[in-house]
This record gives sequence, C-alpha cells and structure tokens, in this order.
Amino acid sequence: MTPKHADLAEQFITDEPRTNWHDETLWFVREKRDKAVHGIPEWEDLREWGSQIKNHSLSNLSQYLKEFEEKATANGIQIHWAATGEEHNQIIHKIIQKNNIQRIVKSKSMLTEECHLNDYLEHRGIEVVDSDLGERIVQFRKEAPSHIVLPAIHLKKQDVSETFHEHLNTEKGNNDPQYLTEAARGHLRDKFVESELSITGVNFAIAETGGFVVCTNEGNADMGAHSAAVHIACMGFEKIIPKAEHLAVFLRLLARSATGQPITTFSSHFQKPRDGQEMHIVIVDNGRSTQLGREDFRNSLKCIRCAACFNTCPVYRRSGGHSYHTSTAGPIGSILNPNLDMKANSDLPFASTLCGSCTNVCPVKINIHEQLWKWRQEIVKNGYVDTTKKIGMNGMAVLFSYPAIYRLTGKIGRWVMRVVPFITNNQLNPWYKQREMPKPPKESFRDWYKKNGNSQKN
Amino acid sequence: MSSRDKILNAIAANQPDLVAPPTIDLDTVISYEDNYTQFKKVLEGIGGKVELLSDIAILNNQIQKDKASGQLVINMIDDVDKQIVMLTSFELEKLEKVYLRATLGVAENGSVWLYESQMGNRLLPFICQHLMLVIHKKDIVTTMHHAYQQIDIAKEGFGVFIAGPSKTADIEQSLVIGAHGARTATIYVVE
Repeated sequence: MTPKHADLAEQFITDEPRTNWHDETLWFVREKRDKAVHGIPEWEDLREWGSQIKNHSLSNLSQYLKEFEEKATANGIQIHWAATGEEHNQIIHKIIQKNNIQRIVKSKSMLTEECHLNDYLEHRGIEVVDSDLGERIVQFRKEAPSHIVLPAIHLKKQDVSETFHEHLNTEKGNNDPQYLTEAARGHLRDKFVESELSITGVNFAIAETGGFVVCTNEGNADMGAHSAAVHIACMGFEKIIPKAEHLAVFLRLLARSATGQPITTFSSHFQKPRDGQEMHIVIVDNGRSTQLGREDFRNSLKCIRCAACFNTCPVYRRSGGHSYHTSTAGPIGSILNPNLDMKANSDLPFASTLCGSCTNVCPVKINIHEQLWKWRQEIVKNGYVDTTKKIGMNGMAVLFSYPAIYRLTGKIGRWVMRVVPFITNNQLNPWYKQREMPKPPKESFRDWYKKNGNSQKN
Repeated sequence: MSSRDKILNAIAANQPDLVAPPTIDLDTVISYEDNYTQFKKVLEGIGGKVELLSDIAILNNQIQKDKASGQLVINMIDDVDKQIVMLTSFELEKLEKVYLRATLGVAENGSVWLYESQMGNRLLPFICQHLMLVIHKKDIVTTMHHAYQQIDIAKEGFGVFIAGPSKTADIEQSLVIGAHGARTATIYVVE
C-alpha cells in the first residue's frame, strides 16, 4: 500500500531545524515571486489573459492538436501519440532501439517522471543521464525530485557535497555551491558532447506553427538537443496554446511565478530539426482526457508548472515534497494525482489547510483550493477515507443535527478538559500532537449570550 | 483504433463548449521612460553585462585581440561562416568566445532574441564559455508582446530568447553563474 502523506510528513518533521529551513527557503522563493510581480502593474490582467487563453485552448483542444500535428509533420518532426505512460515509454524505447543508441541525456521533464521513464529504460539495460543539476543530484541519490522546479530543494549543501564526493570524486567536506556546480558542469559537459539522443520536455506547443518552446536556466535542454543526433520532446497534450503571440503572456507569467526571475535564461523555440537530425514529439494523454471531462477538475489542465502554489503552501513547506509520494507534489499535484489513481492518492486533497494561498498566486487562475475541497467530497463519496475519519465525520454529522446532543457534549467536554485534563491531553488524541489543548471556558458562548445578550440590547 | 484517434476522440467528447480567446490590450501594459536604461538595469540584475558602443568598429579591435590569444574564438557579427555550421559538439566544446548579432532586446526582462541564422550552428550560444551579443539600441522593445510582433518564430528552424549567462540555484538556492553554458553574457548595444 502507498504510504500516506501524514505519515511521511511526520517522518520529515522529526528534524525540526531542517523543517524550519525548508519552510524558510521556500518562503524566500515566494517572496522573490512577489517582488517580481509587483514590478508589473498589469499583472492581474496578465493572469486573466493567461487563464482565458487556456480556457479557449481547452475548449478547442482536439482541433488545435490536429493543427499542431499537421504543421509539425510538415516541418519534418515525427509525431507520436501515447494513451498511457507505458505507451510513452514504449515509443521512446523503440526509437532508442531503432537507432541503436547507448548514450542518452535528459533535461528535466516532469512528464517523464510521471511515466517513470528512467525506471522503464533501466529495466531494459538503458541508462539515462539527467542533466538538470538538481535532477542529477537526486538521480545520484536514487531519489525522486521533491519539487517540480527545484528538484533538490529538500537537500542541504552538505548532502550534495557527500553525494558528489561519492559519485564525482569531489573533495570531501567541500560544501561550496560554486565548487560543486563546477564539478557537475565538467561531468555533464562530457555527457552532452557524447550524447546520441536527447530527451526534453515541452513548456508550450504552438498550434499555429507546429513548434514548441522549452524553458531552462542552465541551458541543459539546448546542450543536449543541439548535440545529439536524435531529439525526443515529450508533452502532455494540455501544453498546446493557439498562437505564437500567446507565448508573450505565458513567458511573462512563468518565470516570475516560479522563481521571481523576469524570464528564464533560455527560452528556446524549436521549429524544425536541424540538418541531419531526427526530431520526435510524443503527445501523452495518461488520464488527461478523463480530467478534461470532469467539469470540477478540468481547470487543473491549465497548469503551466511554475510551482508557485508549492512555494506558498503552508503544508508543502513544512511536509516536504516526498511526503506527497507522487511525481508532482504540492497543491496542484494533489488535484492531478487523484485523477490518475483516486484510491492510492485519496490522502492528498486532505494535505491542505484550504487557506486559498495557492489559488491567489496561480498565474492562470486555477481555483486550486476549491478543487481540493471538491476532491474531498468525491473521495468520501467513493469510500476512500480512513475508517477513523469516516466515524468522526459521521459522529460530527449527528452532533450538528441535534442541538440538544451538541449542547450536552459541549458541557461534558468542558467539564472533562477542566477536571480530568489527561483524558484529552495525551498522545492518543491527534489534536494534542505538537500543540497544547486550549483552556476550556466555564460556559458555552450560547449560555453566555443567553445571560448577557438581552441586557446589551436594552 | 490507434492511440491517436482514441485520444483525439476522448478529447473531442470531453472538451467544454467553445469559448473565445481574450483580447490582449497592449495599451494597458507597462511602458518605460527609456527602454535601454530598463534593459540594462534588468540584465545586470540577472548577471549579464551591458556595454554601450558608439560604433561597432570599436569591437573589431577587441575581437582581433581575442583571436590572437590562441583560444577558439568565433566571430559571426558580419558574416556567417559556413564551416561553423558543420562543427561537432566535440569541436565546439573548446569554444572560448563567440560574437553573434541578435535581432532585438526586451526591456522588461533583459532578454535578447536570436534566430538560427544568426548563430549559424545552434550550439554556439550554449556551448561557449563567454557569449557576446550585439544589438542596436533602437531594437530594444518594451515587453514580450512587442517582441513577438517583430519576430516570426516559424521563419527558421530554431530561435531563442537569452537572458544573461547560464545559471543555477539548485544547491541550497545559492545562485551560481555558469551552470552548463556561458559563464558570462555581454550585450553590446550599438547607438
């Protein structure tokens, strides 16, 4: 059985200083986002345009995908369609076999993580080198990325230093980020130069032109794609936007929302393969068409993967990305993953305070917290909640339906907490964990109001 | 049924009723007193360098000096060398400096647009140690909206917006310049 968010989060927070550091680091990124956003007076208009372009794209998606396919094919790009993650992996495996390829570099693509491409290929004796620095670090450690933009955000420089000492033979105990990055640069440059096949993601695919855009800060997607004889770009079908001019809106929104940068260092526009190069695009469904049909959750397909909702989320910041046990963590992942497997991911929509901060920062105005709340209802309806939660909820339903019982229980509760506090203040009570129970008042608000309410009216 | 048809049918069946795309009103977007000043400020803030030149000829001296240094330096400002197109990544790995002409700069984010024809070889701006780009001052536009009005992304096989040197903050959010690509990016703005 998949471990649950609450249990994994409990493990994460056993190290209190590290939890605090994780929280502060992500909040720092959120603050950088705010600073960048405040420099753009039309920011709210931009969000609205981004949201509307995506609404329009989703409402004409089948047409736009056909248009994209036609244009891309005319430009010499080979288009493949994968209904599932498994099919996506098979398509890539076939291209590798057909070209008899040994050396593969990949730039960060959350879709390939979603499809577990590395595992799939590894089982067939093929090694893929992840080329984004953060991704390479977690790959060495045999971990998954804990964040879709900052894959190694859960690690401290000492951890990276130890990992590099082991795998790249760097000086033991040298924790200097500059030194460590230089070591990775040398190591990965060799990989780029030797690479025969490069796999990248797609940030935006343009129906009008049949081309696609890939955004990185390191330039790793470009180093790989322009070196290798074969380039495979993998995209979820929701990456389609209608026109080139719409890129202006999304490139203005993306990096500012993600890291507070005015734009990513490299925004590469691929239109045709270079002379002698093979270029493929794999268009993946893997549950997306189902989500498109769920009216309540359709909006989640507008996501441009900036992770602003992660950085602002009070739960994500304090529980760490791995506690979400899925490739896309955080608030948006908690909406996307129950669509893929409602049972295994039934815990995720509950990993939120529903404070709405995610919705407020979302550059394409996805109603994230409302969808989390809606998923909770779906999950309860489908019977995928813990027995304890179910009993608790049913009990509450009774309690709130009968005022007399509610008042009696309140009275007993206040008496118990006052006279025999150890009955509630113990480890068996989940509400007692990491917090003191409140001091109960002598009387309920209702009783107080009955006594004082009238006199104040006069 | 093929996966293609299966996916497209499922999408057609599940997509919502058609809604119109928004009208993007460029009158409401930001403007700057001086696009060059804004461009310089933003680019320097993200690790790039900006130098104002009264005449492009000033650069030639520097390029001659660079070429004489014995390091691999490629100059494509005036002419695209057909030889360069053919160079492999193994050969280009030794590239120290490259001088390229770019199409335009964007004031709001300090980025510069380059067409494939201006790079000659797609790898050049990424694999070099030091990237030198040349634009005209009048070609600095205000925002990305204005940039896309002037460029045609489908005209050539590849094109890119570059904003400063390659960088990463993947180790404890410490900014390190020079991840895989150029360690420095200098934009020469010709008046």
